[in-house]
Amino acid sequence: MANSRQESGFQIRRIWSDERARSALFQILVVLGLALLVAFFVANTMANLQARGMEPGFGFLQDPAFFEINQNLIEYASTSTFGRALVVGLLNTLLVSAAGIISATVIGFLAGVFRLSNNWLVGRLIGVYVEFTRNVPVLLQIIFWWSILTGLPKVADSLSIGNSLFLNNRGVRMPAPILENGFGWVALAFLLGVFASYLVGRWARRRHMATGQPFPMLWVGLGLVVLPPLLLFVALGQPLDWDIPEKTRFNFRGGFNITPELVALWWALTTYTGAFISEIVRAGILSVSKGQSEAAHALGLRPGLTMRKIIIPQAMRVIIPPLTSQYLNLTKNSSLAIAIGYQDLVSIGNTVLNQSGQAIEVVGIWMVVYLSLSLGTSAFMNWYNSHIALVER
Amino acid sequence: MTSSPFFRQPNDMLPERAPPVAMSGIIGWLRANLFSGWLNTGLTLFALYALWLIIPGLLNWAFFDADFAGTDRFACTGTGACWAWFDQRIDQFLYGFYPDEQTWRVNLALFLILPALAPILFDKMPGAKQLRWFSLAFPFVATFLLIGGFGLEEVPTNKFGGFMLNVTVGLAGIVLSLPIGIVLALGRRSKMPIVRTLSVAFIEVFRGVPLITLLFVAAILLPIFLPSSFSLDLVVRVIVVVTAFASAYMAEVIRGGLQAIPRGQYEAAQALGLGYWRMMGLIILPQALKISIPGIVNTFIGLFKDTTLVIVIGLFDVLNIGRTMISNPDWLGLAVETQVFISLFFFVVCFSMSRYSVYLEQRLDTSKH
Repeated sequence: MANSRQESGFQIRRIWSDERARSALFQILVVLGLALLVAFFVANTMANLQARGMEPGFGFLQDPAFFEINQNLIEYASTSTFGRALVVGLLNTLLVSAAGIISATVIGFLAGVFRLSNNWLVGRLIGVYVEFTRNVPVLLQIIFWWSILTGLPKVADSLSIGNSLFLNNRGVRMPAPILENGFGWVALAFLLGVFASYLVGRWARRRHMATGQPFPMLWVGLGLVVLPPLLLFVALGQPLDWDIPEKTRFNFRGGFNITPELVALWWALTTYTGAFISEIVRAGILSVSKGQSEAAHALGLRPGLTMRKIIIPQAMRVIIPPLTSQYLNLTKNSSLAIAIGYQDLVSIGNTVLNQSGQAIEVVGIWMVVYLSLSLGTSAFMNWYNSHIALVER
Repeated sequence: MTSSPFFRQPNDMLPERAPPVAMSGIIGWLRANLFSGWLNTGLTLFALYALWLIIPGLLNWAFFDADFAGTDRFACTGTGACWAWFDQRIDQFLYGFYPDEQTWRVNLALFLILPALAPILFDKMPGAKQLRWFSLAFPFVATFLLIGGFGLEEVPTNKFGGFMLNVTVGLAGIVLSLPIGIVLALGRRSKMPIVRTLSVAFIEVFRGVPLITLLFVAAILLPIFLPSSFSLDLVVRVIVVVTAFASAYMAEVIRGGLQAIPRGQYEAAQALGLGYWRMMGLIILPQALKISIPGIVNTFIGLFKDTTLVIVIGLFDVLNIGRTMISNPDWLGLAVETQVFISLFFFVVCFSMSRYSVYLEQRLDTSKH
C-alpha cells in the first residue's frame, strides 16, 4: 500500500519534469481557463439581454432603416434595410480609403524623395510638414480641416476656380463627366492596351533575361495604353462632355458635389499618412548602401538609370512591409469619420446600433469587416513582398 | 653654361590661395544648397514664394492682429485670432472637471513621473537602482493621488477630463500593456501550439480592428458582458480596452526585440542550466527590452495621440472640452484657435518623445561605430 503511493508520487514528479507533459498540462489549463472565461461572459450576456428583453441574432438586418444617408454609391432610400445601409457605409469606407491610399502614396513618395534632395530649403520645409503632421492626433487634423471647409463662404459667395470648380461651405462642386454613346469602346481600348502592355512587358523581360537586349518598355507601354484609346476617342467624335456647374441664385445647376466631410477626411488622412510614408521612403532609400550607387556610376550608368535600376528596386524591399501597415492604418483611421459625420461603416453602424439596439451584432460586423480588410491586405502584400524579395543562393 | 633643373626650396613654396569667393562662405553654401542647378533654383524660388505667402499671414493672424484679453469673444475686435478664452478656460483644458482645490494632486502626479522615468531612461544615473523601486511604485502612487481615498478626498473618474484624461489613459495603457505585451510576445514564440495560436489570434484581432470599435466595446458591450451587479466606470473600461489594444502592438514591438537576440544567447543560457523562465528573465528579456525601447516609445506616441478618440464615446478629453467651449455662445466659432492650441500641445509632447526615441536608436545602433 505504502509502496504504491510512493510509486504514484514518483510518477507525478516524473510527469512534472517531462517538458512535453508539462506543456500539455499547461495548455489544457489555458484552454480550460479560457473556456470558463467565455462561459462567464456568455452567461452574463444572456442574462443581461434577457433582462433588457432583447433578441440576439441578425434578423434585424432585414428591417427598414428609416434614416437618410447623404452619400450613397449604390441605390439607397430611407425605406431600404439596415443591411443595405451598412453596405452603403462599407462602400463609403472603401471609397475614402482607396482615394486616401492613392494620394498618400503620391504625397509620401514625393515628400520622401524631396526631403533627401540637396536643396536645403525644400528639405527643411518638408521636414517641418512631416514632423508637424506626424505628431498631432489625426482626429484633431480631421476636425481641423472640416472646420476650415465648413467655415468657407456660403453657396451664394462660393470661391470659384476657373469658373468651373466651386468651393463653399457645402463642399466642392465639380464638373461632372457625361459619357456619350461610344465611350465604352474607348474604355475597352484602354483596358486592352493595359493588358497588351502587360503581355509585351513579360515578353520583353524574358527576352532581356535570355539575350541581354533591352527593350524600350516605358515608351511602348505608354504608347499601347494611351494611343489606341486616344485615336478611338477622336475617331468617334469625342464622346465625352462635361456638365459644368452653373451658379443660380441660391444653388448650383449641374455638376456634382463632394461633401466637405469627404474632402476633410480624405485630405487629413492623405497628409497624415503621407508624412509617415515619406519617412518610410526616406529610410528605404537611405538603406541602400552608398557602394551600390558608386558601383553603378563606375559601370557607367547615368544617375536616372541608377535610381531606377539599382536604388529603387533595393529600396522597395525595405519600403513595402511598413508601407502595408500604413495602408492598413489609413483604412482603420477612416473610421474616425464618425467625429465629423461622414457616413462610413462605423458611423452608419452607430446609427443602426442606436435604432435597433443590436449592439453585439453591429460591433461584430465592424470587427469582421475590418479584420478581413486587414488580413486580406496583409496577405496580398506578403505575397507581393515574397515576389520581389531578394533571392539568395 | 650648365643648366640645373629647377626645383622649389621648401621655404619658398607659394602660399595657399583662398578658394574662389563663389565657392566658399555664405555664397558657396547658397550655391551648393539652394541654387545648384535650374531645377534646384526653381524649387528654391517656389519654396521662398510659398513662405512669403504663408508666414506673414500666419504671424498676423496669430500675434499682430490677435486679441489676448477679455471675458468673451465679443472682447475680440481684431481681425486675427481670439486668444481671450485661454486665460478663462485653461484650467478646464488641463484638468477637465477635476475639483479646483484638488488640482495640486494632478500636478504632483505629473511631476512624480520624472523621478519614476529617470532610472529607466538614463541607466547610468547615480542612484538608479534605488529609484527603480519608486518606478515600480509610481503607478499605485499616481492612482492613489488621482482617485483619492485613505484620507484624501475621493474624486470620481467621471470628473477626469482635459489633457489630464489623455495623459492618464495613455500612461495607464502603456504601463499596463507592457507586461501583457511581454507575455503575448513570449506566447507568440512559444513551442506550445495552443498558446501560440491564442497569442497570434489575440494580437492579430486587436491590431486588425480600429481602436474606435474597441471603444464602442468598452462603452456598450462590456456592461453587457459583465454581471449587472458589477459596474465599472467608463474611464476604467476605456483603460481596459486601450490596454488590450496597446498590448497587441507592444507584443509585436517586443517580438522584434526578441528576434534580434542571437541564438547563441539562448544556447548559452541553456548550457548554464537555466530553465525557460530564468533564461527569459535573466538573459533574453533584459537585452530584448533594451533594444525595444525606441519601439515602445513610438507605440506610446501613437497611443497618446489615439487617446483623443475617446470623444466618440462622450468622454471629455481635451478635444471634447475644446468642442464644448466653442459651442458656448460666449466663445462661438473659435474652432481654429482651440485646435491650434491643442495641436501645439500634442506636438510638443510627441515631438520630444520621438526625438528621444531617435536618439536612443542612434545610441543603440552599434553598426555605425
